[in-house]
Amino acid sequence: MARDEFEAERTTYNFVGTRPDRPDGIDKVTGRARFGADMTAPGMLHAVILRSPHAHAKIVKIDTSKAEAAPGVKAIVTRADFADGLDGENWNILENVMAGDTALYDGHAVCALAATSMLEARDAAKLVEIEYERIPHVTDVDKAMAPGAPVIREGADDGSVPAGMHPNVVRYHESGHGDVEAGFAKADLVLEETFKTEATHQGYIEPHACLGHMGTDGKGELWCCTQGHWNVQKVCAALLGTETSALRVTASEIGGGFGGKTAVFIEPVALALSRKANRPVKLVMPRADVFRATGPTSPASMDIKIGMTKDGTITAAKGVFRLSGGAFPEAPMEFSAMCAFACYDLENVLQMGYDVMSNRPKQAAYRAPGAPMAAFAVESVLDEMCNQLGLDPLEVRLKNAAKTGSKASYGPRFDQIGLVETLEAAINHPHYKAPLAEGQGRGVACGFWFNHGGETSVSLMLSEDGTAQIAVGTPDIGGSRASMALMAAEVLGIPYENIRCVIADTSSLGYNEISHGSRVTYASGLATIKAAKDAVNRMCQRAAAKWGIDPDAVYWEDGYAKPSGPNAGEFDPMHITEITANMGATGGPINGHFEATPEGAGVSFGTHIVDAEVDPETGHTKILRYTVVQDAGKAVHPTYVEGQYQGGAVQGIGWALNEEYIYGEDGSLQNALFLDYRVPVASDLPMIDTVIVEVPNPGHPFGVRGVGETGIVPPLAAIANAVSNAAGVRMRQLPASPPRILAALKDRDAG
Amino acid sequence: MSKKFHVSTTVNGDPVEFLCDSRETVLDVLRDRLSLTGAKEGCGTGDCGACSITVDDRLVCACLMLGAEAEGKSIETVEGIAAGEDLHPLQKRFIEYAALQCGICTPGILVAAKNLLEKHPDPTEEQVRYWLAGNLCRCTGYDKIIRAVMDTAAEMREAS
Repeated sequence: MARDEFEAERTTYNFVGTRPDRPDGIDKVTGRARFGADMTAPGMLHAVILRSPHAHAKIVKIDTSKAEAAPGVKAIVTRADFADGLDGENWNILENVMAGDTALYDGHAVCALAATSMLEARDAAKLVEIEYERIPHVTDVDKAMAPGAPVIREGADDGSVPAGMHPNVVRYHESGHGDVEAGFAKADLVLEETFKTEATHQGYIEPHACLGHMGTDGKGELWCCTQGHWNVQKVCAALLGTETSALRVTASEIGGGFGGKTAVFIEPVALALSRKANRPVKLVMPRADVFRATGPTSPASMDIKIGMTKDGTITAAKGVFRLSGGAFPEAPMEFSAMCAFACYDLENVLQMGYDVMSNRPKQAAYRAPGAPMAAFAVESVLDEMCNQLGLDPLEVRLKNAAKTGSKASYGPRFDQIGLVETLEAAINHPHYKAPLAEGQGRGVACGFWFNHGGETSVSLMLSEDGTAQIAVGTPDIGGSRASMALMAAEVLGIPYENIRCVIADTSSLGYNEISHGSRVTYASGLATIKAAKDAVNRMCQRAAAKWGIDPDAVYWEDGYAKPSGPNAGEFDPMHITEITANMGATGGPINGHFEATPEGAGVSFGTHIVDAEVDPETGHTKILRYTVVQDAGKAVHPTYVEGQYQGGAVQGIGWALNEEYIYGEDGSLQNALFLDYRVPVASDLPMIDTVIVEVPNPGHPFGVRGVGETGIVPPLAAIANAVSNAAGVRMRQLPASPPRILAALKDRDAG
Repeated sequence: MSKKFHVSTTVNGDPVEFLCDSRETVLDVLRDRLSLTGAKEGCGTGDCGACSITVDDRLVCACLMLGAEAEGKSIETVEGIAAGEDLHPLQKRFIEYAALQCGICTPGILVAAKNLLEKHPDPTEEQVRYWLAGNLCRCTGYDKIIRAVMDTAAEMREAS
């Protein structure tokens, strides 16, 4: 969008900024809402996927003969039932969806079958005989790039990797500006430290689920819980060797995604089974499979070096980020590198990233992928430097903060941004001034995320009674149907309740990129506003035709077409209901549409404050108080913005304190259930205070910035700083679980 | 083919009968045999609470109880919380406070919270947090859920 379309002068809104009930509210409190696993079809089969129990193994033989003869079994598929000759990311996805000749991680899909009932499917699965030959494995990111590590896949590097590195290193990133060595030379204090974080899972409560039907003609229907059904359509068509348009995909209500449902795992399997059985197939992942085989984050190993003068000015910063995205080349190490120092206006900065393959499941995005771990490392070093120099950690961040016009650490110059405003709000917040008791510690941290625009189509259809329907293509993962309706109400001048927003299926609307990158309220919102303006223009044309004046002499205000001034003529304002009631006779249906790839997403910053107490006997950390301050640009539905801030912070608390993938010596995941993979529960937490800062984004008509992801960037760092300040020992590895804290305290006491 | 059990029970006040395999859980029966998909399977191991129901007023995870054990019991699910078109005060507050985002945990949390308020009409925040500690929510950070339950409790006390 051109910047001049930003309604910069606009300060008051009739609908945007209010807090109406969500349109899916009643469905969701009564049990009526249909999620992925809630759909059925006549003649439906139930499927199960058989998975490798080994971290790395040759698949010697799959004998399905006994299973085929079992009662109720209608279809069995292996890799041979999917398309040949794929390359690039489609090949990677297929390799993950169904193993080829090698199982690459514990939980890797090897074979699937469908039967007339779930129990029969489970019974038959026990009859499939799979012979494996185990080969050496590696799951740790540092070990995977060390000399002698087992090679996951020869020749997988993309050509960017410096010579002499292990073949498991498949991509390299480098960015920055200035001269870091010269910068370090000017510093009064230079600190260099190494950090590690473990992989975590998005932990959505709804397991992946789908119901697919595909005929032997390649035409099909698919119902699934996904963040992006056009992507599912594209990937499934490729993996099954059919045309994209032959497959119609409908997105169910989605029971949490957080990035993890941007990827395709089970949908092609259900369709392949359906094609073979010629019956609908339902496939629901058991929770253990969700942990073992769907998108965890990348474990990270990081080196940070920062130089600072006595007054707190950062003279140079350097970071090295090693991430593993599992047995596939896609760890978001460039995002770690690019986000690491983005909060600061630096003369000298250098960041490098290494993407390392290992015997883990294929990583998937999780809220600001790559950024939280980088922020943990960088903000920990800053905290330590502030402690050593006796400086206030928020004042130091304010002193170095990136501002409008600053050259970002990753290249471009920032447009209008709001980091300074979040820092000032944090410094002035009562939380930051509140006294701490003995044994308690306070931590602060800043965080950055790019935000994203992406391919977007929206249609808006007016009904004869003057109400409107909006068809958007971005699955609603945070209340976006309400936000779309609010923005459309603002433009149309009709009540919020008179607008129904639905998530269109792939046959009913143009392509829409996945709901990711905090893009929905920004990009679908922008497209909704423009589609509504398109409809308004058409309504103004109808009024102009009726009045016999030039359409340019008609404007729209509060639901009425009005002549623009005395020269246009004297006419009574014409209400939307009058125009739509007659639209059939005045030129036909009135719809608005907009499609584009908007590029003004507007980056986002946040500052978090957290107080924690560490029990030296048990190593348990209690979060006492938590405050999120984040720039939303313009909060369309402030309650839902708060919800994003609170949810992001609490996911960060889990990552910081408890959540981690624990692999055994044999490379198998040891904690693939919620009992052992411990996400925060209600009794672990205090209320999460929020402050919504609004520094408008010039790339959106109403100034909106995405808010979904930035909220998980600062918490790891803020909590690690609070824990370190409370326990008196720096935690350089997350999660700072009780055993790690006890070990750190023991090390400290041992000197 | 293992033995099927013929079970007579009551769900949301209505008498129901079903046949089930000895391995089927109450959750399987509710969802697959009775078409009551409000209770969700988040884990199948009793760790997430998304399938919370009450059985003779006792809060249980439907994934941990066998269908055959439902004989003669009185089961309540999320589908039974509203009285016709009148939403329960908890349901209204959950919408108003945005105590749900994706909504997958909401059925279980509503069942658990309703059970709490029936037993403890004046709970402390700590009581609410511990009562709901068996119900995982990944979206909200629980803040708005706890506020919705506390304020509903106050509203219901005033109304009674």
